[in-house]
Formats: sequence, C-alpha cells, structure tokens
Amino acid sequence: MSGPALLSIDGITKAYPGVVANDDVSFAIQPGEVHALLGENGAGKSTLVKMIYGLVRPDSGSMAMNGAPYAPAEPRAARALGVAMVFQHFSLFEALNVAENISLGMENPPRQRDLAKRITDVSEAYGLPLDPFRLVGDLSAGERQRVEIVRCLLQDPKLLVMDEPTSVLTPQEVEILFRTLRTLRDEGTSILYISHKLEEIRALCDEATILRLGKVVGNCDPRETSAAEMAEMMVGKSLAAPARDSAEMGKVVLKVSGLSVDPATPFGTPLRHIGIELHAGEVLGIGGVAGNGQDELLAALSGETPTAPGSVTLNHEPIGNMGPNARRALGLLCAPEERLGHAAAPDMSLVENALLTARMRKGLDRSGFIDWQATRAFATEVIETYDVRTPGPDNAARALSGGNLQKFVIGREIMQDPKVLVVNQPTWGVDASAAAAIRQAILDLAQNGAGVIVISQDLDELLEVADSFTALNEGRLSNVRATGGLTMETIGLMLGGAHDMHEPDKEALHAEA
Amino acid sequence: MFGIDPITLIVALVTVSTPVLLAAVGELVVEKTGVLNLGVEGMMITGAVMGFVVAVDTGSPTLGFLAGMASGAALALIFGLLTQLLLSNQVATGLALTLFGLGLSALLGVGYPGLTPPAVADPFPDALSDLPVVGPILFGHSLVIYLSVLLVAVVWYVLGHTRAGLIIRAVGENHDAAHALGYKVIRIRLMAILFGGACAGLGGAFLSVVRVQNWVEGMTAGAGWIALALVVFASWKPWRALLGAYLFGGVTALQLRLQAAGVDVPVEILSMSPYVVTIIVLVIMSSDRSRAALNAPAALGKVFHATG
Amino acid sequence: MLRLEKRPAPSRGWTMATPVLAVVLTMIAGGLMFAALGKSPVEAIRIIFWDPLFNTQFASYARPQILVKAGPLILIAIGLSLGFRAGVWNIGAEGQYIMGALAGAAFGLALYPSESPLIFPGMVIAGALGGWAWAMIPAILKTRFRTNEILVSLLLVYVAEKLLASAATGLLRNPEGRGFPGSRQLNRLDAMDNPELIANTGMHWGVVTAFIAVIMAYVLLNKHLLGYQIKLAGQAPRAARFAGVNPSRLIVLCLGTSGALAGLAGLFEVTGPAGQISIDFNVGYGFTAIIVAFLGRLHPIGILLAGLLMALTYIGGELAQMMLQIPAPAIQAFQGMLLFFLLAVDVLSNYRIRINTEGVA
Repeated sequence: MSGPALLSIDGITKAYPGVVANDDVSFAIQPGEVHALLGENGAGKSTLVKMIYGLVRPDSGSMAMNGAPYAPAEPRAARALGVAMVFQHFSLFEALNVAENISLGMENPPRQRDLAKRITDVSEAYGLPLDPFRLVGDLSAGERQRVEIVRCLLQDPKLLVMDEPTSVLTPQEVEILFRTLRTLRDEGTSILYISHKLEEIRALCDEATILRLGKVVGNCDPRETSAAEMAEMMVGKSLAAPARDSAEMGKVVLKVSGLSVDPATPFGTPLRHIGIELHAGEVLGIGGVAGNGQDELLAALSGETPTAPGSVTLNHEPIGNMGPNARRALGLLCAPEERLGHAAAPDMSLVENALLTARMRKGLDRSGFIDWQATRAFATEVIETYDVRTPGPDNAARALSGGNLQKFVIGREIMQDPKVLVVNQPTWGVDASAAAAIRQAILDLAQNGAGVIVISQDLDELLEVADSFTALNEGRLSNVRATGGLTMETIGLMLGGAHDMHEPDKEALHAEA
Repeated sequence: MFGIDPITLIVALVTVSTPVLLAAVGELVVEKTGVLNLGVEGMMITGAVMGFVVAVDTGSPTLGFLAGMASGAALALIFGLLTQLLLSNQVATGLALTLFGLGLSALLGVGYPGLTPPAVADPFPDALSDLPVVGPILFGHSLVIYLSVLLVAVVWYVLGHTRAGLIIRAVGENHDAAHALGYKVIRIRLMAILFGGACAGLGGAFLSVVRVQNWVEGMTAGAGWIALALVVFASWKPWRALLGAYLFGGVTALQLRLQAAGVDVPVEILSMSPYVVTIIVLVIMSSDRSRAALNAPAALGKVFHATG
Repeated sequence: MLRLEKRPAPSRGWTMATPVLAVVLTMIAGGLMFAALGKSPVEAIRIIFWDPLFNTQFASYARPQILVKAGPLILIAIGLSLGFRAGVWNIGAEGQYIMGALAGAAFGLALYPSESPLIFPGMVIAGALGGWAWAMIPAILKTRFRTNEILVSLLLVYVAEKLLASAATGLLRNPEGRGFPGSRQLNRLDAMDNPELIANTGMHWGVVTAFIAVIMAYVLLNKHLLGYQIKLAGQAPRAARFAGVNPSRLIVLCLGTSGALAGLAGLFEVTGPAGQISIDFNVGYGFTAIIVAFLGRLHPIGILLAGLLMALTYIGGELAQMMLQIPAPAIQAFQGMLLFFLLAVDVLSNYRIRINTEGVA
C-alpha cells in the first residue's frame, strides 16, 4: 500500500491521575483496511478511540489524516472529516425514535420524512432492517447497534470506528455484521475494530495493533497469527484455564417454576414462564444478549422483586414472596451485574459494603446495633482471601478498580457459605487475571456442593465454567442443555430465541447423554 | 349562581393564571433539558419586586417587565453556575434559590408597599373590548397575557418540531450520550435555565404590576411551587401546562369570587382550596405510572460531569 | 481552563472546612451587601457575629436568646437531615411546626382550666402527633401514588397557614380576648407553660429535647442499622433495595420522624417563647432549618453548631436592625447567601480543581 495512511497516530500519550491510559502509542490505518485494536479491559483502547473521535485531547503526540495534521477539537470536527463511531455503550436516547436518534448524530440532517426514507434505503442495502419510527427504548440490543451503524453509514464515513461491537450480538447477528463490514471495506471504507475477542479479529481484520497497559506491544497480520500468539501479546503471560473436576451433581436445591414478572420500567423486559432446576454442585450458565431480562431475573431470585411464594423454592421451601434478607438467611445469595450502585455503594467504605449483604449470615448486628468490629474483621478477611488490592478496608468502594471491586463483591458472597449463589456478569470489565480468579472461585464453590447460576453475555466464559447451559431471550428461557458438545450454532439459535426447537432438542440431549 | 358573572370570572381566571403559566412554561423547558430548578418561587418573587420597583420608578410597565425578566434570569444564573459548573445538588440549590429570593425581594422592596404602578396600556381599541361576551374575554388584556399564550405555542413548536427542540430533549434524556455526540450539554442547560428564570421573573412582574398592582412581601404565596406542580401535571407538554394553569386560575378566581359573595363556607377553607386542588391533581397524575414515566426526562435532576 | 476531577473518596479535610469557608465568604459578600445599603460593613458584621455574645450592653439579653432560637432550628434540622440523607425531601417542616403547635395547644385548651400535671406532657405528645400526622400526608401519597413529596409537603405549608389563621380567629380564640385574634396566653397558665428551666440561659424543654435529638441521631447514624440503611438509601437506592431495605418504610419513617420533631418544636415554641397561637405565630424556622441541616453537613454535631450559628445571625440581625437600621429582610437574604456559598464550595470536598493549560496537540 503506497501513499499516505488514512489515519496515522504518532506518539500519543494521555495520562489520568494515577494511570497512564496511553503511553507513546503509534500506528497507522490504511485506506480500505479493517484494522484491529486488540487489548484487554483497561489496556487503553477506549481512551485512544475517544481521542480519535475528538472527545478527549492527547497530552502529547500527534495524528495525521491523509498526511494533513488531524486534531479534532470535538466530535463534530471529527465527523466533518469523515470519522464515524459506533460506541460500546450506546449513545442512544430511549425515549426518541430511530429517525430522531440518527438525526442527532448528523451534521446537516435532511427533513424527517426524507431521512426516514434514506434510513430505510441504507439499512436494507446493508442487510440491517430498521423501522425509522420505532422508539429506540423498544429495540433489542442488536437492533440498537444497527441504529448506530446506520447513523454512521448515512454520513459516508472514510473511517468507521467500532468499539467492542459484537459483545451484544448473537453469533448469527455477528455473521450479518461481518458481512456488512466486509461490504463496506470493499467499497473503500477503513474500519478500526476494537475488541478483545481473538477469533473475531482473525476472521475479519487485515492488520492488528496490540495494546497492553497503554503501550503498543506488537503488530501482526491476524490472518497469519495464531490466537494463542495474540493472546500472549495481549495478556503478557499465559493464564491457566480454571481447573475443575467433574463434580457429582446432588439433589435439586433451587427450583423456579412458572415465574412471570411484569417490567417495572417502561422499557424493561417482562419475565415469562421461567423454569429452572438447579442441583447441588451444578454450575448453570444462562447466556443471552444484553437486555433480555438478565437484571429482572436476578432481581426475582435475589428477592428485590417479590413474586408468588411457590414460584421460587429453596430446598423445597417456598421463598418467592420473601425479601432479600430472608432469602440470605436461608442460603440464597446473589451478586448483581452493576458493581457500583447495586452490588456495592460507591461512596461507602469496604467495611460498610461488607455489612450490605453479610449481616444476616455473619450475625453482624445485635438487635439492630451494628457490630462494627466484627464487620471490619469480615471485610478484612474477604480482602485477604480474595487478594483485593486496596490500601485498606476503610477505602471507598469507588476507589477500587473494577476487577478488585468485583473480587470483593464475589468474595463477600462466597465467604458467607451460600447454598445457592446467583451471579450476573461476574467478569464484565474485569482484567484477565482477576477474571480467572473469579471463575476459579465459582468452580470451587460448586465443588464444595453449592448450586451456582452464572448469568453472562460472555459465551466463552459460560462454556468454561458451566455444566449446563440455557439462554435468556426476551424474558424466556430455552431448554437446558449440557454444556459439553454444544456448538456455537446451537447456542446462537438458543440465544436468538428459537423456542420451536423443543422436541428435537430433547432428542439431541438424549443422543448426547 | 351566588351572583357571579361568568364573563368577569373568565377574565379574572386568565389574569390569575398568567403568572403561574409563564413560570410553568419556563420550568418545563428547563426540566426538558434534564435540570430540576426548585427555585421558581424565588425567581418569581424577585421578578415581582424588581418589576414593580422599575415600573414605579420609571413609569413604564414595559421596563418593569424587562427588569422582572432580567432579575429572574440573574437569579437563575446563580443556580446554573452552581449546579452546572460546580456540580451542586439541584434540589438543595433550588431550595437555596427560593430562600435567598424571598429574603432578597423583601430587602429590595422596602419602602414600596402601597405605591401604585403605572397602568398597562390596552393593546386593542376600546370598540373591540366593548363587544358583548367575546369583547371582555378576548380583548382588553395586557399584552403579556397574549405573549404567554404565544409562548406556549412557540415552546410547543420548538420542542416538538425543530432540531433545537430535538437537541433539548436529547440532552434531558441522556446527557452522556448527548455529550458523546458532541453536544454542549452544560451550555444548552445554562441557556434553558436562563430562559426559565426570565419566564419566572416575567410571571412575577406581571403579578405585582398587573394583577395585584401592589408590592407585598411574599406575595407569590406559593405560585412558584404551583408552577412546578403544573409541569408534572402537564407531563412536560406545553399545551397541557396551559390547561393546568387555567384550571388552577379558575379555582383561585372562583374562590375569590365566592369569598366576596359571602358564601357560607369559612374563608380559610376557600383560600386553601387552590393548594389542595393542586395536591389532588398531582396525586392523580403521579398515580398513572406508565404515562408519567414515559414523558419525564430520564436525566432529570442528575448531575452531569464529563469525564476525560 | 479550570477542570474538575472527581476524588476517589470525599476529602475529610474539606468536608470539615467547607462550612467555615462558606461562613467567611458569606461575611464578605454580606459586607458588600451592607455597604450597598450604605452601612459600614465591618460594623455590621461585628454587630451580627460578635456583639450578641460579647458586647457588655447586649450580651445579657442576647446570649439566652441564642438557645431560644437555636432550639427549634436544631430540633427541626435533625429530623430533616435524616430524610435528606435518605433522599426523602421534606421541605414542609414549617407546616408540620404549625400543626404541632395547633394540635398541642388545642389539647391543652380543650381541658382548660384544669390544672392537672398531666396536661403539659399530653400537649407534648399531641404536638408530636400533630406534626407527624401532617408529614404522613406526603409520606402516604409518596408511597401509595409516587407523588413528589417535595411539592406536597411544601404546598401543605400554605394549607397549614390557613388553618392557623382559622384557629387563631375561630376555634382557639381567647374567649376573654375581647374579639382580638389569638389564643389564651399558654405560657401564663401553669399547666401549659414551657418555662425557662435555668434562669438567664434560655434553656427550656424544647432546647433540652433538641440536645436529646442530637445525641439520638448521632447514635442512630453511627451505631444502628436503621441509620446505615438511611445512608445507604440516599447514596445508592438500588444497593439499598438489594440490602433488603424497604424504601416505603424508610420514607414513612423519615417523614414521620421529621414531622414529629417539627411538631415538637412548634409545641415548645407556642407554650414558651411565643406564648400563644396567633396568626403570625410561625416565623420561618421550618425553612431556616433546611439551611441549618445543610450547613451542618447533615451530621448531628454539625447541625448543633450550625443551629447555634444561625441563631446568632437572627439575634445579631435584630441588633443590626436596631443599631444600624439595617432592614429586617437583609438578614434573611444573608442566610440564603450562606447556603449558596456552602453549596458552591462543597465542590472542593468531592472534586479536585485542576488548572489545565491544554494546548492543541
């Protein structure tokens, strides 16, 4: 490839208090190339992308587009020069419709009616059907991503930046997305593709730049590099896969039957006829694309959303109408997805956060008066056992990194010796070594006879830890299948809500067994 | 009934409603950008005193109205700087604005109670006002009353049918997303806050210069709070704010007439009726969960701090 | 360009220092205001903050008055602070204060002329219940219909004021008062009097109750589960539900407690310093207590100090009115300014201010 690069990045550095997000980063994106930016959580990918899009300015270093200096002061300037971005956390407005959302991301949007026409045209041309007048709040995660992509396409971008685009898609939807991206590349659009998923990058990208702790640690052609080589560059050391012995499954500890819950918010997901049988020693993985009822299911299990008494039973005791603390007393513990604000109070110390869920089982109060000494001892124990990196138990929860806080949250529940543990997205936004530690802790817990439900959007994680697998789609659960022998295609169909597979499913299960 | 003439009642209704309507429309725009300013009462009363003082001193009601708007906006600016730039809690800051406004207005108005403001010119020829029935209802009001209705129409049009309105709604719905798209969240909110302050100030000035034609300490008597309640009642829709304001004005005007007519109901019961009616309406609106939640700006009252 | 950067944890030092800084800034801005009124700023500030305590001519009168004014402010602010911490915004304490006074006085006057020693305790209970009941209206509307408690509690102040006027001119009017509005002088009736307990200190049962409330709030917030739940609900509502806190119960509890304490403040005022139910019985303690609660950082000890300071500005303001002819409302504006400055400097405890010389890279 001769001629100037479409975008060249030269010695970019950006520091935040206590962390250098990008340290002397350089690489170049050629015209018509799908360029991967690979790195694990916290490697500095998002910061770099924000600088390219004009949301953050670098401390030093420079960028050039087609040879001319490129320093966008704001996203508008970046867009004017042909840079478009699909965000990891969608930059969408739930109460506005698709056309309004798209219009907001454009410099000179046409009239609403003309725009609607163009949306329909473009979305069909690229195989991403969209109704311009639907409220975004009513769309699935995959459809929302389409909105973002169509918004970008309408501006004829020269460079399309995609930040972790597949994390919310089913395998089938990923295929469609890749087809679209390849079409775009063939039309001459460059794509900067940010991900930590190696197989995807090998399937799609022409060139890869690997970041670790803010620095470029390597470049490669992903089509000719093995996933293992890239993984080692990305993580810096090879991580041991979690070990487990095939545990004996005991009797049913948690049973959910006919659980239906109406949504609490206008854009929430209803739960419909959920049925689960969890055995002692079993790890049940619940997959599903974001927004298909994961939060609602966790709330119904934790007791935040009470239901009919018999719809949830723990060791044959009906608990559906009990609150969180009554369930904890009986041994059902939960760790929600959102660490800051749900599993933990951001501004409270770790001691206070230990009290949050451990009061019942650890006996941390006497007739309402808190035993702070015992609480502190418990918090310290969690910190030491789970290697939570913090100056001390008096530090505020929000001062911890995502991985350390998650280790604290999971550790806090496991150290209460649960009979059943339900976790949602246990390793989301957590660095690789913390993620490995958390998965190992979950397996150890099951080994010791507890039933564990892992709700996750990370299929690799579920295949790694779960004995059995089911998928959540629009508030319904598919049939439970043993994890061994599941193909990506079957999983994809389950995630996509192919509920009509019932009968063949059972046969397949028998055939496997 | 009780010797109350329906035509004069309607005329009174419109006059009574206008200050609350102006304040409510201003606050509606502010809340649409995701900011909750509880200082409406403070901005209104400051507008009332400044409007009155300037109108009396210059002899020009128009200058009075402008002074009311300017002082309301000036107070709103304090709120805007504190909440948008110094990231203070909106509820607490709004309360502070109200407490400060009540004190400041009393201070500024020392020596003015009992003075008479200049008469406001009638924008239409007498012949029109003299028409039977429609004459007194449609004509013969202060220009500000027509302005208030026009304002409702403009706000409705801008919010629902223009790009500026779309941006305002977007900022109030999800400030982080709006920021990510490159919109100046703080600047947009500051402008809305200033607009809200000017509206409240104009409402206050209308109250002292036109409706009561006197300055009395604490004369807004909760009108600012009722304006806040109206925004909820209206589900953040301008025309429904107009309806709500006129409903409130109707109750107030009617109870005043009933008091004057010497109806056999204790005066206190009559005079508390506007507040009680407002509470009842609030309850009815808020008990309808789905609808209220859909229209409320999702980012209302939340602190915006752009990281990075 | 100045830029704010969130601290990993709130700065303890600034949390303590910001109220002091706010007071200093308010003195400066207030001085400017007094100068604009044509008064000597230094003299005005001295009269407000110094003379009530140390001027030989005034101190003997003014010192006891500080406790008299601080008592209701602290009592109300302690109740409000619990709600404010939990995210429950009762701003209608003024109405609950009125209703407490009305209920208590009505109980006592209904039994007039009985001299039973049980009358005063009965009035105290009636006062607390009156304030509690008035606060239960927004509490129930909030929990049953999700109606905004800020607006309801505030609007009920105006309703309470009308009821007060009605009672002062009707139901509770002194039958021997020759038709003037206002009830009997409660503080001249032995059975209903809330006397000064220690001569020349201003200490009365209301002040005692305020001190007890400070201690109990301190224990509640630091040692008791309920205090923990209040803080949790305010800081992270979702985490609170996860921890098993029932939000409705907390709303009822916070509004009820603050209503009862405001009602008590009203009762002790009407039986003591005010002496009778009259049309202008309420003087805005319920609103000023909001400033006291914030100035005290919603912390019981802070509220105690802030209440005393705010009482000082009341007394000092009266002195300034007398000595310098500074108009009475000036002091109200002064108090409002204090809250503004407090909110403005508050940013220092949660954020670091960085100066950026951000060049184009």
